[in-house]
Amino acid sequence: MATGTEHRHNVGGVRAPGRAAITAAHLRTDRWWLAPAGTAAGLLAFVVYSTWRAFANADYYASPYVSPFYSPCLAHDCQSMRGGPNADLLGSWWGISPAVIILVFPLGFRLTCYYYRKAYYRGFWASPPACAVAEPHRGYTGETRFPLILQNLHRYFFYAALLVAGVLTYDTALTFRDAHHQWGHMGLGTLVFLANIALIWSYTLSCHSCRHIVGGQLKHFSRHPVRYRAWRFVGRLNARHMQLAWASLLGVALADLYVYLLASGVFDDPRFF
Amino acid sequence: MSGYEARFRVWRGDEHGGELRDFTVAVNEGEVVLDIVHRLQATQAPDLAVRWNCKAGKCGSCSAEVNGRPRLMCMTRMSVFDRAETVTITPLRAFPVIRDLVTDVSFNYEKARGIPAFVPPPELAPGEYRMFQRDVDRSQEFRKCIECFLCQDTCHVVRDHEENKRAFAGPRFLMRVAELDMHPLDAAERSGLDRRRTAQDEHGLGYCNITKCCTEVCPEGIRITDNALIPLKERVVDRRYDPLVWLGSKIKRRSS
Repeated sequence: MATGTEHRHNVGGVRAPGRAAITAAHLRTDRWWLAPAGTAAGLLAFVVYSTWRAFANADYYASPYVSPFYSPCLAHDCQSMRGGPNADLLGSWWGISPAVIILVFPLGFRLTCYYYRKAYYRGFWASPPACAVAEPHRGYTGETRFPLILQNLHRYFFYAALLVAGVLTYDTALTFRDAHHQWGHMGLGTLVFLANIALIWSYTLSCHSCRHIVGGQLKHFSRHPVRYRAWRFVGRLNARHMQLAWASLLGVALADLYVYLLASGVFDDPRFF
Repeated sequence: MSGYEARFRVWRGDEHGGELRDFTVAVNEGEVVLDIVHRLQATQAPDLAVRWNCKAGKCGSCSAEVNGRPRLMCMTRMSVFDRAETVTITPLRAFPVIRDLVTDVSFNYEKARGIPAFVPPPELAPGEYRMFQRDVDRSQEFRKCIECFLCQDTCHVVRDHEENKRAFAGPRFLMRVAELDMHPLDAAERSGLDRRRTAQDEHGLGYCNITKCCTEVCPEGIRITDNALIPLKERVVDRRYDPLVWLGSKIKRRSS
């Protein structure tokens, strides 16, 4: 007599023949869906916002602040920023927003980041949706084939992200000017930019590739005391990589939003001195 | 806090089929799930099969799934559950079941045999090994593993895809490769054994999509993903995907 608990053939995973005959895909009773749903919602919100801002090609400069989405600005039609990070490297043929040129690098860095991979594999691709919750896919090859084998390019994006962080550091230094480009001033935007660059650097340096390059690749720490110390420092940051990933994502969006609000005339930058 | 009667659903069966059966069992203060399973054996189900040994979270025998989460039964306190809650106990769902809560974990021993052992440095005799603590710290973290195989059980690469068991060694054994590759005295490379290449080609490191479930379930708190799997992936990148590192190592080798 069929009891409904016999093995169903031609089904895989936790229902594969030989395994305990339990038809449920999972037996978790906690709110396991909350974390992937929250992650997906957070990432989706950022994607929508950043896509709008990246393609808007407007309101990205309010002296002395330049949006991190548009820095460095490398196209012919960039807004003039005195002493700012603009250089007409691509000429006039570039027809769309200059933000797209530079955003490829931080986007690639985050897209191939070991934390974000976990986040979107779980949140968007349900591979798996949560631990011990069966994934819906028939087959799985992980990161062994194209296109996911390209995740191994993370290290190159890390090198690029270092350069971008350097430019954003320069932008932050420029925020100590006033609207007339005089040095020795500070406004609320300066604090926003300082917070943003601190988070950007913390996230970038906490990267697993960075941890490997500074010392993780060594077999003998005792022969490389300086690199060992650097590895330990990066390791402490790395333990908070997830938190830094989210904080820096929020930080860069807020810095851009701040510039947008100033440039579109919603309010004036409160000046401290 | 006094004792109470708790509701349990325990999977009973074997490879031919089975079902979740309901039980009501007394629970006393301070007890763990394994205590309840033993009481169940003593009072209501004397033929209930369960594997256990130390009751101290050190032997890795009593691995099971409690409310759908891979856990050691001896380290899962009853106080974490609501008294009105029905606690479901099943065998590990990534491995073939033998009977009731006992599974056949031989997959793991087969994979263990596939990892070449520590290669002793030829210039040192046994007893002459000397190393700095900071050089072995990384490997020693992985030596805390009690081989409960909860990480193997929860890893979706094999849990949800039986067909991947042939190609993928699982987090526990990729961690073993990392442990040896990071070991200051392992002479595998000098003997012609490239552990990084084997990690990718023979043990399926590329299947890992670093979703960290192995780390989440590890009862020893080993940071398997951050400290073993990702560093191993980065070592493979050194070897395979980073021409700068490849070039640097070639130049270094030629000049030395």
